[in-house]
Amino acid sequence: MKTLLSVLTVLIAILVAWYVGTVAMNARWTLDQAARADREVSFSELVADTMHQTRPVVPAPHQVAAQLYDGIFGKKITSKRSLVYHGFITLETTLWGFGLGILLGVGLAVAITYSRTMELSVMPWAIISQTIPIVALAPMIVVISSQIGVEDIRVPKAVIAAYLSFFPVLVSMVKGLNSPDAMQVDLMHTYNASRAQSFWKLRFPASLPYLFASLKVAIAASLVGTIVGELPTGATSGLGARMLIGSQFGQPLAMWAALFAAAMLAGGLIVIVGLVERQAARMTGGA
Amino acid sequence: MGWLIGAVVFWGLAWAANVRLAGVSGGRLIRVLVPLIFGVTVLVLWEGIVRGLGIDPVILPAPTVIGAQIARSLPTLWVDFVQTIVRGALAGYVFGSVGGLLVAIAVDRSPFLQRGLLPIGNFVAALPIVGVAPIMVMWFGFGWESKAAVVVAMVFFPMLINCVAGLGEAGSMQRDLMKTYAASYWQTLVTLRLPAAMPFIFNGLKICTTLALIGAIVAEFFGSPIRGMGFRISTEVGRLNLPMVWAEIAVAALAGSVLYGAVALIERWVTFWHPSQRV
Repeated sequence: MKTLLSVLTVLIAILVAWYVGTVAMNARWTLDQAARADREVSFSELVADTMHQTRPVVPAPHQVAAQLYDGIFGKKITSKRSLVYHGFITLETTLWGFGLGILLGVGLAVAITYSRTMELSVMPWAIISQTIPIVALAPMIVVISSQIGVEDIRVPKAVIAAYLSFFPVLVSMVKGLNSPDAMQVDLMHTYNASRAQSFWKLRFPASLPYLFASLKVAIAASLVGTIVGELPTGATSGLGARMLIGSQFGQPLAMWAALFAAAMLAGGLIVIVGLVERQAARMTGGA
Repeated sequence: MGWLIGAVVFWGLAWAANVRLAGVSGGRLIRVLVPLIFGVTVLVLWEGIVRGLGIDPVILPAPTVIGAQIARSLPTLWVDFVQTIVRGALAGYVFGSVGGLLVAIAVDRSPFLQRGLLPIGNFVAALPIVGVAPIMVMWFGFGWESKAAVVVAMVFFPMLINCVAGLGEAGSMQRDLMKTYAASYWQTLVTLRLPAAMPFIFNGLKICTTLALIGAIVAEFFGSPIRGMGFRISTEVGRLNLPMVWAEIAVAALAGSVLYGAVALIERWVTFWHPSQRV
């Protein structure tokens, strides 16, 4: 309850700051217009005008909200101007990239756990791979996949998303697969368990909490990857493409609406993954 | 065909060597040697496959071709490097992280603000903040200022969260001790709480190095002067001049790794006392 109050206070403070910013940043345009028309504007007129410009430097929160509402509920879902349509395309790729990232991360983690050679050779490169700004690679991935005959624009986007999301999974899974202590591993030995048995009955269940803890990070990274992938790829649909189009055609409102739609999508995904995580923790006997 | 067979043979030999080396219980040398051999193997395989199968350079240029391109266009690469990494990314990185630290210290005095800001900061840190790139370009123009602004926005929240977590790290026992010494708030902050927060602060700094580069390059897709790595990559991809694109990627990768390595080195030097730094 106390937390809620604090959060609300901070949110309201942000909103107020935003409105003040709107007036401050948009005032110049209004004043210029008035000067051109040889007209004096009073302060109240100034404030009123800054709230309703069509191409504001900073759109007022209610303008963004209206645009967002219009984009989500005001258009048919199949319409190219509907944010639901674009959000769905982004979501689809995000999930593909997320799935791919999990597969890659878990696969590599298993290989690393069972082979010291793999651990020594691959792990440093996995870390280095994350210091490479993937966005530099993004246009390249798009070109290569179209050159080798993959026409589907979703493939390169999903690859980029997977590249960003596999790393947290890999790191947590390596930690998780190694989390059973020596006593438990020895117990499996005394049971004469095969490698596969000790994997499925001991290491894998032990690693699950680590896996789920990493998924929240992974899904957020996957969404960032998808949106970045939509920027340089000449994609015409998806939230990233909406931002690019809004920027190129001077439609700040469309840009802001797409940005907030992306934020809402991210929030939704994180909440869902969080719920799955909690459910999984309950099922595996955790807290 | 010879190239292909040669590459595969090299792969087999290198892998065998790595298996042997990994079996040796060695020290630091092994830890460097094995990944190095692995990296070289990947390059050799790449070269062999590209040459052996005669892959079009438009799809995948061979590493030697990329190397030649890097050697040929060093001046261009340097100009792009300065524009994107030094001006855009580093400036934003410094402002953003210092800002995050200062706000964390300010918020730290008020538990009320802290409770309110933390969930929001956590949430915002998970959002695709790269999306503000077009807005920043609209506000600050095509120059490096807009790139730095994007980087500030991306770096700020992860830094804030890590710094707030770090400032809460000093135990109550230690704080009580400071109180018995009659230490002022600032004395406690500088001599106890900031040093205790350092592992967290460096954790944030390390996460932010990659974010900074991503922000600076993405922002250039939305408009830039005719230099910069993001600009060069998007125009050269359009001209299908892929060796140049790979050259830029190599520079970006190198810059990213060096930046990360530098922060990690400073971390080792500053937080030598932390368990994770003990070898």
